[in-house]
Amino acid sequence: MSGPLPGPAEPGSEPPGGKRRPHGMLKLYYGLPDPAGEAQGGLAPGGDPGGPTDINGAHFDPEVFLTKLRKECSLTQLMDCETDMVKQIRALDSDMQTLVYENYNKFISATDTIRKMKNDFKKMEDEMDCLAANMAVITEFSARISSTLQDQHEQITKLSGVHMLLRKLQFLFELPARLTKCVELEAYGQAVRYYSKARSILHQYQHMPSFQGIQDDCQKIMANLAQKLREKFRDGGSGAKDLAECVELLLQLDEPAEELCDEFLSHARCRLKAELEALEAELGQPGGAPITDILEFIDRGCNIFVSNMCLVIASYQELFVSREGMQGITRMAQDKLVAFVNSLMETYFSLVERRIQLEKGVGDNSLLVRALDRFHRRLQALAKLLPASNVAAEGTEIVVRAAKERIHQYLLALQSFYQDCLTDVRQSLAAPRLAGKESPNLAELLGTISASVLNQIKSVLTYVHLFTAKDITFSNKPYFKGEFCSQGVREGLIVGFIKAICQMARQFCETTGDKGGSTPPAVLLLLSRLCLDYETSTISYILTLTDEQFLVQDHYPITPVTSLCAEAREAAQRLLNHYVKVQGLIISQMLRKSVETRDWVNTIEPRNVRAVMKRVVEDTTSIDVQVGLLYEEGVRKAQSSDSSKRTFSVYSSSRQQSRYAPSYTPSAPLDTNLLSNIQKLFSERIDIFSPVEFNKVSVLTGIIKISLKTFLECVRLRTFGRYGLQQIQVDCYYLQLYLWRFVCDENLVHFLLDEIVGSTAHRCLDPVPMEQSVIEVICERG
Amino acid sequence: MEDDAPVIYGLEFQARALTPQIAETDAIRFLVGTQSLKYDNQIHIIDFDDENNIINKNVLIHQAGEIWHISASPADKGVLATCYNKTSDSKVMTCAAVWRMPKELESGSHESPDDSSSNTQTLELLCHLDNTAHGNMACVIWEPMGDGKKLISLADNHLLLWDLQESSSNAVLSNSAALEGKGQLKFTSGRWSPHHNCTQVATANDSAIRGWDTRSMRQIYYIENAHGQLVRDLDFNPNKQYYLASCGDDCKVKFWDTRNVTEPVKTLEEHSHWVWNVRYNHSHDQLVLSGSSDSRIILSNMVSISSEPFGHLVDDDELSDQEDHHQEEKIFVYTPFRTKEPLQDSIIATYEEHEDSVYAVEWSSADPWLFASLSYDGRLVINRVPRALKYHILL
Repeated sequence: MSGPLPGPAEPGSEPPGGKRRPHGMLKLYYGLPDPAGEAQGGLAPGGDPGGPTDINGAHFDPEVFLTKLRKECSLTQLMDCETDMVKQIRALDSDMQTLVYENYNKFISATDTIRKMKNDFKKMEDEMDCLAANMAVITEFSARISSTLQDQHEQITKLSGVHMLLRKLQFLFELPARLTKCVELEAYGQAVRYYSKARSILHQYQHMPSFQGIQDDCQKIMANLAQKLREKFRDGGSGAKDLAECVELLLQLDEPAEELCDEFLSHARCRLKAELEALEAELGQPGGAPITDILEFIDRGCNIFVSNMCLVIASYQELFVSREGMQGITRMAQDKLVAFVNSLMETYFSLVERRIQLEKGVGDNSLLVRALDRFHRRLQALAKLLPASNVAAEGTEIVVRAAKERIHQYLLALQSFYQDCLTDVRQSLAAPRLAGKESPNLAELLGTISASVLNQIKSVLTYVHLFTAKDITFSNKPYFKGEFCSQGVREGLIVGFIKAICQMARQFCETTGDKGGSTPPAVLLLLSRLCLDYETSTISYILTLTDEQFLVQDHYPITPVTSLCAEAREAAQRLLNHYVKVQGLIISQMLRKSVETRDWVNTIEPRNVRAVMKRVVEDTTSIDVQVGLLYEEGVRKAQSSDSSKRTFSVYSSSRQQSRYAPSYTPSAPLDTNLLSNIQKLFSERIDIFSPVEFNKVSVLTGIIKISLKTFLECVRLRTFGRYGLQQIQVDCYYLQLYLWRFVCDENLVHFLLDEIVGSTAHRCLDPVPMEQSVIEVICERG
Repeated sequence: MEDDAPVIYGLEFQARALTPQIAETDAIRFLVGTQSLKYDNQIHIIDFDDENNIINKNVLIHQAGEIWHISASPADKGVLATCYNKTSDSKVMTCAAVWRMPKELESGSHESPDDSSSNTQTLELLCHLDNTAHGNMACVIWEPMGDGKKLISLADNHLLLWDLQESSSNAVLSNSAALEGKGQLKFTSGRWSPHHNCTQVATANDSAIRGWDTRSMRQIYYIENAHGQLVRDLDFNPNKQYYLASCGDDCKVKFWDTRNVTEPVKTLEEHSHWVWNVRYNHSHDQLVLSGSSDSRIILSNMVSISSEPFGHLVDDDELSDQEDHHQEEKIFVYTPFRTKEPLQDSIIATYEEHEDSVYAVEWSSADPWLFASLSYDGRLVINRVPRALKYHILL
């Protein structure tokens, strides 16, 4: 129904095709564009919508149309077209007739309706006039009534206002009484509510004397009330809820919040202080043992002090920090709280630290670890409540310090344990040998000491490992994951201990150097072997064990195994050198005394080997046994089968041609004994106090070298008679018989003994050597 | 810069005694005393010709006995003292005497060695230091820088101070002190300090070092257990009055400050056997020689405890009179602007020309860069401080 003129010609209910078509036509007729019509026009031959060939178009030109038809269409098409057109014309005709008829009918009925309306309107006009007159009357009456009632209405309004005022006044006048009653009934909340209602009014009208009185009364009561509340607030017995109420009421009473905060905190401080004091009492007398064990102490601290602290924090936060309408003071209140907590916690921490420091026992520390764990755990809770305070960090600090301290203590304990072990060893070495009992075996002692030290290390590692157990809260702190493992345990404890062992070893070598053997030589030997064992296996074993137990994750520099091993080896070497020196000096001393104290010029013909030589051989043998217990045999140069059958060349001269004399000045005819010293020419230079190797032969060689060299030097300072020389010959032969087996190169012994006899011969006033056969007889005899 | 090769001289006898001819400051001359029980002992006067690297020697017969110690007078080139063994009736006694050598040998002679060997001369005895009451003489020490009239000798446990009178023909015992204690105490060696107007003497017995005041003959300091066993030798730092070096049977050389003797200032442990001799260089006290029965001589550079810890402290204007004032206390006058890094103590060289125990090393009194060492087999070796070091110290 897009037609702009829905005129009366509109068909009622026709089929869509028929309905459209007439409309289209009509529209065309009225010169309106009709899309449907255009579409229809498209059906016509020569479809030229709107053009002269559009039969439905406005510019239709029959001539052009026909010409076009004739030109374009076949006969049949023309025929069809013609039939079609006839049909359309007929349909259009009938449509037109229908429309005309309908229009006519409608026009008739419209005329009738208009006539009827004309009559009706006349009647209505009359009635309207009547209504207007009535309304005027009503208005008049109404105005009269209103004017009559005006006065009374005003009065009523006034009265009701007065009534309200009176009620308020009554409330005010009754207020003091009410408040008193409320106070009596301890309905403080009610009282505060009443008062807060009246307060502003009273304040407004305070210039009037009566109100002034009421206000004064009320203020007095309320001050009293506030006092009571404060008392209640101060009173230790009131529970947290009561307290909260008090604070709320007091706040409503416009008490200064800051003061309240202070009061609350100082009140809490009192209680917490008391708890801290109780806790301090448990520390016991300074210097004395603590009354309770550390776990109990920490437990008590946590359960009483820390939990109360938490309660205080929670209620304080509820009261002052997180309340509605308190935004203004939140910051101040929070600051106060943090300061309060920090100061109290500081005291607490110092107590805890003092207690931890009392924990000196170096055995099992599971109690300590558990205590620390609990301490730490509770602090986490507290820290969650009050993130602004630094208790958590400080608590962790304390735990870290405790752990560090612990490691230090364990290091000291290990060291003292090691010292004790050494003392034990010394004692068992020094203990007089019982009749039926063998003297303590050095190898056994070594085994015992190294096993017990290793065990001690292991148990200490186990103790320390507790700090990093998974169920311990602080074990996942970065310190315990990294630095504790690497710097603390590995470097501080284990490496520190190994270094301490080496250090002690070095001290043994230094302190005894001058004063002469305050350490028994056997201990030196034992320690040297111990250090060597450490170098070969123990150190790497211990460190591997440590690294396995404490998975070191950080990148701190750590001491490599090799450098520790090198240190241990150096210590072992020093100890062994020192051992050789000490033993060598003991024998040297005997030899020196024996040479220095005798009058060699006036001695008698030798009949025996001197006792001191036997003693030297005995001592050397026992040293050999001692060293053999701990060190391997070692290599020696091939022996000649008849070592003992050598004879001395008595006149071996100490003089010879120089090997390399750039400007040799001959001063005297060459001595005849050059040949005897050819051997010396090609022999190696002998370093007397030189480092030894880690084996028995080398050690013994060192000792014998030192002894014989001393012998030589002493002989050179004396003058001998004939028998003196012969005695030395006997002694040297005896030494040769027995000493060669101990050294790596028997030629060394021969060489030194040759030198001794040769030097003696030189220092002899009457050098008549003894027959070799006689010497042999004497030596075999004794 | 090639260092000169050492010069070696062989004696036909064993020898322990060596001294520079102290009164001689121009020629390099050493005196060596031999030890022989069978033949006449000799004193070799060794002249070293530095330019030609040649040794000239003169031999004096010392008939009194084998020489254990020799010391030359600081004032008279011709005078020397020896300690020698006298054997009589199967008794051995160590005596001491002051001798004068023939006049023509005093300043060295430049005869060819071949001639002189046939033409041996004897020493003229000036006087005996009578020790019948005191025991064996261990050593005789002249008063340093003195007029050659004062001597100290160590006899067993006695410290004897002698005055030489009547042109050294008479020795009068002017003062003495004795070591008291249990056991047989015996002095082994001693040195006379050139400081404090030559009123201090240090002696060694066993493992202890003692300091003595020659005026009162009282002990002034005592270093107990200075060395592990015997203390073999001592020497005073020529420039630092409180510094003393010692060596002994623990193979160590130790340096002491006599004002605080609880701990040595420094310890060297380089030898592999007993150290028999330690000597400060007379001019450059950082240079220390030590000789040992491991047949080695070690030259150490102890800069840190020397009087020149920051190198040679000579300013340009002082350079001219440097030689004259060498012994004076100029060392204590520091120019604060010379703040060189302290040099490191080090071993400069180890000399291994000897094949037997070295019992004596001595610096030449004429050439501060030259020293002699003597081993038991009679080998005397003359060595020089390496040139590089010499120039380093001088420049």
